[in-house]
Order: sequence, then C-alpha cells, then structure tokens
Amino acid sequence: MTTTLTAPERRAPRRRPVRGRGLQIYTTLLVAWLLLPIAVMILFGFNDTKSKQNFEWEGFTLHWYAHLFDKKDLTTALVNSLTIAALTTVIATVLGTLAGLALGRHRFRGQGVSNLVMFAAISCPELVMGSSLLAMFVATETPRGYLTILAAHVMFSVSFVAITVRARAVGLDPKIEEAAQDLGAGPWTTFRLVTLPMIMPGVLSGALLAFALSVDDFIITNFTSGATQTFPLWVWASTRTGTPPQVNVMGTLIFAVGVLLAIINIAATRRRARTH
Amino acid sequence: MRRLRGALAPYLLVLPGGLWLAVFFVVPMVYMASVSLMTGNIIDGFTMTWHWRNYTDGLDVYGDKLVRSLWYGGLATLACIALAYPAAYWIAFKGGRHKSTWLFLLLLPFFVSFVLRTVAWKLVLTDEGPVLGPLKGWGLLPDGFHVLDSGFAVVSGLTYNFLPFMILPIYVALERIDYRVIEAAYDLYAGRLAVFRRVVLPLSLPGVFAGVIMTFVPVSSDYVNAEVLGGPGNTMIGNVVQTEYFDNSSYALASALSFTLMAILLVGIFAYARALGTKDVLEAAGR
Repeated sequence: MTTTLTAPERRAPRRRPVRGRGLQIYTTLLVAWLLLPIAVMILFGFNDTKSKQNFEWEGFTLHWYAHLFDKKDLTTALVNSLTIAALTTVIATVLGTLAGLALGRHRFRGQGVSNLVMFAAISCPELVMGSSLLAMFVATETPRGYLTILAAHVMFSVSFVAITVRARAVGLDPKIEEAAQDLGAGPWTTFRLVTLPMIMPGVLSGALLAFALSVDDFIITNFTSGATQTFPLWVWASTRTGTPPQVNVMGTLIFAVGVLLAIINIAATRRRARTH
Repeated sequence: MRRLRGALAPYLLVLPGGLWLAVFFVVPMVYMASVSLMTGNIIDGFTMTWHWRNYTDGLDVYGDKLVRSLWYGGLATLACIALAYPAAYWIAFKGGRHKSTWLFLLLLPFFVSFVLRTVAWKLVLTDEGPVLGPLKGWGLLPDGFHVLDSGFAVVSGLTYNFLPFMILPIYVALERIDYRVIEAAYDLYAGRLAVFRRVVLPLSLPGVFAGVIMTFVPVSSDYVNAEVLGGPGNTMIGNVVQTEYFDNSSYALASALSFTLMAILLVGIFAYARALGTKDVLEAAGR
C-alpha cells in the first residue's frame, strides 16, 4: 500500500530535475562578471584623463573618439592586424577546406599522420609554436616582419578550418555527387555546384574562426613579428608605459562591429530556418 | 586514368595545407630541438655541441617558474571547472528558448582582444578601481588592501580569460544527454542527488575532459596575465622563455625550456588521453 502511494510522489519532481532559481541567479552573476571588464574598457574610452595612465575616472569626454587616429603607429598596427587577418582567412580557408575534404571523404595512407599533425598543431602551446618559429627564422636568417606573421597565422588557423570542414564532409552522401557526374557535370562543376554548397556552413565557420584567431593572436605574433606591429602587440607594449584611451575606443568599436555582425548573422540564420 | 586520379585526389587535396604545416610547424620544431642542444651566443653564433646541460641548467635555474606555471595552470583550470559547470548545467537544462542567447552572452568577451581583456581586468582590480575603490570607501576593506601583483591576481585573470573555453564543451556534453535516461533514473527511484551523481555527472565528464585540455595547455604556457597582473614576483615559464629570447638572446637555453614545457604538457595530455580512452579525448578535442 505504501509503495503504491509513494511511487507517484517520487515521480512528481521528474519534470523538474533542476530547481532553477539559484542557478539562474548564479549564471546571471557569472555573465555580469565576464562583461564587467568590457564595460570598464568601454567606459574608460570616454575618460577625460590628463595623465599617461588611464586608471582613474576624471570626467566624460568624446575627445578620444574625435582623435581616434592621432597615434599613427597605433593606426598602422590596427591596419596590419586587419589585413593580416583577412589574408590569413583567405589562405587558411582554401588550404583547410581542401585538406578537410580529403580527410572527410577519402581513406588514404598517411591519413593517420595528417590527423595527428593537425591535432598536435591545435593542442601545442602557442609559446612553443612561437619560439620554435623564431628559432627557425633566426637559424635561417629570415628577416621577420609582415610575411612571417602571415605564415605563422595561416599555420595555426589551417587545422581549425580543416577540422570544421571535415566534420561537415564526413556526413555527405557521395551518391549526390555521382548523380551530378552522371548528368554530365565535370569534376570542377560538380565541386562548385554540388560539393561546395553542401560543405559551405563548415567552410564559413572555419573562415570566421580563422579571422578571429588571427586578429586576436598575441603570443605567436610576438615571436614572429620583428619590428612590425599588430594591434595586440601595440597594446602589450603600451601596458608598460600607460595604455592611451584610443586603445579603449578601438577595442569598443571592434567589439561593437563584431557583436553587430554576429547578431545579423544569427537573425539571418533564424529567418532562413523559418522560411524553409 | 580516372582511377589513378581518384587514388591521387586525397594527396593532392592534403598537399598544400600539409606542406604549410610541415614548413611552419614541424620543421621549426626540429630547428628548436637542435638549437636547444647548441652552445654559443648572439655575437659569435651558435654551434651544435650536443650540450644537454642546457636542459639541466634550465631546470636548475627556472625549475621553480615551471612548477609555478603548472600550479597556476592547475588552479585556474579547477576554478574554471567549478565556475563553468553550474552555469553550463543551468543553461543546458533550464535555458529553454533562451539557450543560444545565454551562450552568446558568455562568448561576448571573445569580441575583445585577449591582451586588451587582460588590461581591462587589471583596470577592474586596481587599488582605487571600480571594485576595490567603493569597497574601501564603505570601509569594508582596509585602505592598504590590494589585489594586483599577486598570484591570486594572475590566477583570476587566467580564469577570467579562459572560462568560456570550459563552459562550451561542458554545455555541449550536457545538452547531448538524452532526457529519457534521466527520467528512467527517476522512475527507478533515484533521488535528485543520485540522478546527478550517477547519471548526469558521468555523462557530462567527456565535456569536462575536453575543457581541461582546452584550458590547461594555454593557461600554463601563458605569460600575458603574469606580466600584466602579477608583477615581477609571480612570473611563469612563458615570461622566462620570452625574456631569454628577446632580452638575453640566449636562444639555446630558451629553446631547451620551451621544449621541456612542451614535453611535460604532451606527456600529460597523452597520459590523460590514455587514462580516459584516447578516442574520447581526441574526438572531444577535435570538436
């Protein structure tokens, strides 16, 4: 008798395995913590500071927005970062997509080694990759600068692209491409009109990842840059003497553009999902 | 002809990317390994003398920095797990329609450059900054209280910077759990705690393992946080390698230290992968 009574009672909480309130408050606080430094960064872009250090609030100003490009070398560094990231994205996406297709669609000798090298390149500490590149450039007397940074950025991005494309290519049905070839399409037409559209989501997320990794990279860039500056390198150098508010403004603008693009992207994906 | 092209196709596809990785990833490793066994200096050049002492000398002088790096790395990784798990759990099971919004919020810091984020975190922790300033003003903290230039500041910065790398894989693992398994556990009279301990937690562990690899390796070889937040007294092995390369030009010693760090981390990863089943970890890392 008791068992039949307790059974439904026992079953009652099964729709709510977690009681949410406490954890919801906790998650909200965690998000707040993650966003606090960003809020401070944005705020101090409006700080009317007179000294070299931008640590204490001295009043509101738009001065730094008006004089955003006053520091020529900072602007150059930002331009370098953006162009290197763009070139990295193009090269790494092409190379990574090809490799990802091979690894996802074919079985071949050396596949294990290829996977292993990619895994090693992803899990290797940046410090080690950076210092080993420096060792090679020093030993071969290669002048370091824009091109060595680019080579390094393509190197660490290409595996990420290959893996996202591979994940997408593994699930493809080869019959669809065979059908295209049966209908008279050559290899290139088949690739352009059939294969590429099917792996496109993987290619796009790989490209985004490559851009994000490149534009934000500090450690490997620091070892391969020579005298060339990128935005993270400039910020790093400025921490010793005092980071000017222009850095906060640029950080704020990059943040705003990035978030805006992400939101547009999400909205577009949702709309497409709804219309289909 | 067509069959030959079919057999060659994967090699031709892999070749360009593979060459790039060979020239700028594998070959540099070989260079660094050989430089680490050389003697010499920047003026006279370095020559190969199979000087294994570079390794023992490096450990003698900087062993404590290496230990400190692994210690800070371990602490920050544990802090990441502790902070990330409850949030990932709540979003996965209770996020409802807003799951992606919550994840988006947690990923927002990635839209700010890593170095800049660390500088901003320093700004938060400064003595009269937006957190300590008011607390001191209200008399909750003594006037001389400060956080910067301490091991705590470094670990907090590392945790702050790498937390999203822990949240994501744990969330993915939790999200994948088939809800019917949890219902089955309740039907079999498991209490809430037992369901968590014996069903949810074991099923989410692959996510935690993946998170550990994604945080521990970069965290223990980082030198940005130690430099910006820790001051001279809390330097890590990354700071040493950087200084030896750039300020002292002792390439041989720096290479030996860098290699030692990689060996320790690689052995760690593979031992870890072995213990947990290689496939799971590799797969998790590959995601």
